[in-house]
Amino acid sequence: MAKRTIVPFGPQHPVLPEPIHLDLVLEDETVVEAIPSIGYIHRGLEKLCEIKDFEQMVYVVERICGICSFGHGWGACASMEGALGVEIPERAEYLRTILHELGRVHSHLLWLGLMADGFGFESLFNHCWRIRETVLDLFEKNTGGRVVFSICKPGGMRKDISNENLQEMVRILNGLKAEIKEITDVFIEDSSVKNRMTGVGVLTKEEAMELCAVGPTVRGSGVRQDIRLTGDHGVYKELGFEPCVEEAGDCMARTVVRIREIFQSIELIEKAVEMIPDGPVDVKVPKKVEGEFAIRLEQPRGEAFYYAKGQGTKFLKRMRVRTPTNINIPALVKMLAGADLADVPILVLTIDPCISCTER
Amino acid sequence: MSAAYVTKSPWVVHYDGSSCNGCDIEVLACLTPMYDVERFGIINCGNPKHADVFLVTGSVNEQNKGIVKQIYEQMPEPKVVVAVGICACSGGIFKDCYNVMGGVDQVIPVDAYVPGCAARPEAIIDAVVKGLGVLQAKRDAMVKAVEAPAEEAAEAAAEEVATEEKKAVAVPPIFTMAEIKVNTMDFLKK
Repeated sequence: MAKRTIVPFGPQHPVLPEPIHLDLVLEDETVVEAIPSIGYIHRGLEKLCEIKDFEQMVYVVERICGICSFGHGWGACASMEGALGVEIPERAEYLRTILHELGRVHSHLLWLGLMADGFGFESLFNHCWRIRETVLDLFEKNTGGRVVFSICKPGGMRKDISNENLQEMVRILNGLKAEIKEITDVFIEDSSVKNRMTGVGVLTKEEAMELCAVGPTVRGSGVRQDIRLTGDHGVYKELGFEPCVEEAGDCMARTVVRIREIFQSIELIEKAVEMIPDGPVDVKVPKKVEGEFAIRLEQPRGEAFYYAKGQGTKFLKRMRVRTPTNINIPALVKMLAGADLADVPILVLTIDPCISCTER
Repeated sequence: MSAAYVTKSPWVVHYDGSSCNGCDIEVLACLTPMYDVERFGIINCGNPKHADVFLVTGSVNEQNKGIVKQIYEQMPEPKVVVAVGICACSGGIFKDCYNVMGGVDQVIPVDAYVPGCAARPEAIIDAVVKGLGVLQAKRDAMVKAVEAPAEEAAEAAAEEVATEEKKAVAVPPIFTMAEIKVNTMDFLKK
């Protein structure tokens, strides 16, 4: 048996902008075991519900993560609306679905760029992020923010988006399709990309289910699992949603799932804009929260869980968030065991890690 | 010296303290074609020993303050620290969290602050370009500190006391004299 060495990976490392720490146990160039340690960005924001009232808490939960911030805002609002016993207008539900899917487009483009950077394809990274800027411009025009939007509030939406703006959004996204296809074809067809990703980090269907993986990680292993199917949030049932599933379970399959989801999200936005009813976008909510409510949401990275419990005042007793990356870490550790040291960066990226979500 | 005339190409190292990712992706967005900081010669590098400018996003906590300090200490002199985002400036919305100590300036000296949640790429670029002015001033101070003793060696011994005082003025308080001599000689050799 070769001598074992431990190589620390992170927290400051060039793979992704966030600090994740892994102790990689190596035998020559092969990873035998990866021991993750987290806690570099723990803030403890769930405890802020003691000093921020439930409406302010939405801003805090939104800032769990700057990439899927709309989803977090939605999850927080939806759980509070459940606890308050409020039904939101249909138009607000449509608007939330549209913005959430737009967020998925931007998140997946961002991830594709990071992945390209991870395997050393600098120009592809730049192209992905160039296209992503157009999506961010749409966000800025319609919500006012590039990263954190604060457009959700308990009871609906803070402001309406006009039908003209929605149609413009669809027009711009349809125009982007050709550009996105051009770069995603490189991911699927380029031989150097294939060499890096095909057959790397295989997670079988059984392993994925056993390790409770979520999101594109589990869908890349051939499991038809998506919280949007349950229809307890958004208008996915009305839109006729069917998840993208790939069978192979390697890095390539997970990339293909995300690429297909970009196009699927654009289609969902198009359908939702056609079907969106007119009407108000918010309802008045009580000032005091009683009762409790939990909701699950499909974030770009997978299933997220939100729980709010009131105590009869404007302050919540408990706000709980469970995020997808946290759940995907066991799958990551599984993939890392037996991998080459040189493949570690792309394996870390393949679950689309969001460390600020994980540690909150 | 005005930042507009800086002739060197500053390299940037980035560390995420405990930010929400928002400022980090805006820092990365600065590198991409839309904002393109490479036109100023700015390159993002992973190695603190290559870097002139340290971009910190997010606030510091007990676990990462050692790492922030370590990265800062590994960077060669002269160096500039830019705190990106309101969390790095003061703690922002997470100021009251139990695991947030506050702004980055609690651990290392900060030269430029970029408020905003999230900080916009334009603001980040502006701060880095302003930081280049600070970098040049620090570089000038270091060169002056090394040259000063050579000129004054010929002068009378009686003036030595005064020279010592002059040197002390020229040196920014965060460096020791020995460090500056060593670092500057290395820098000039390159």
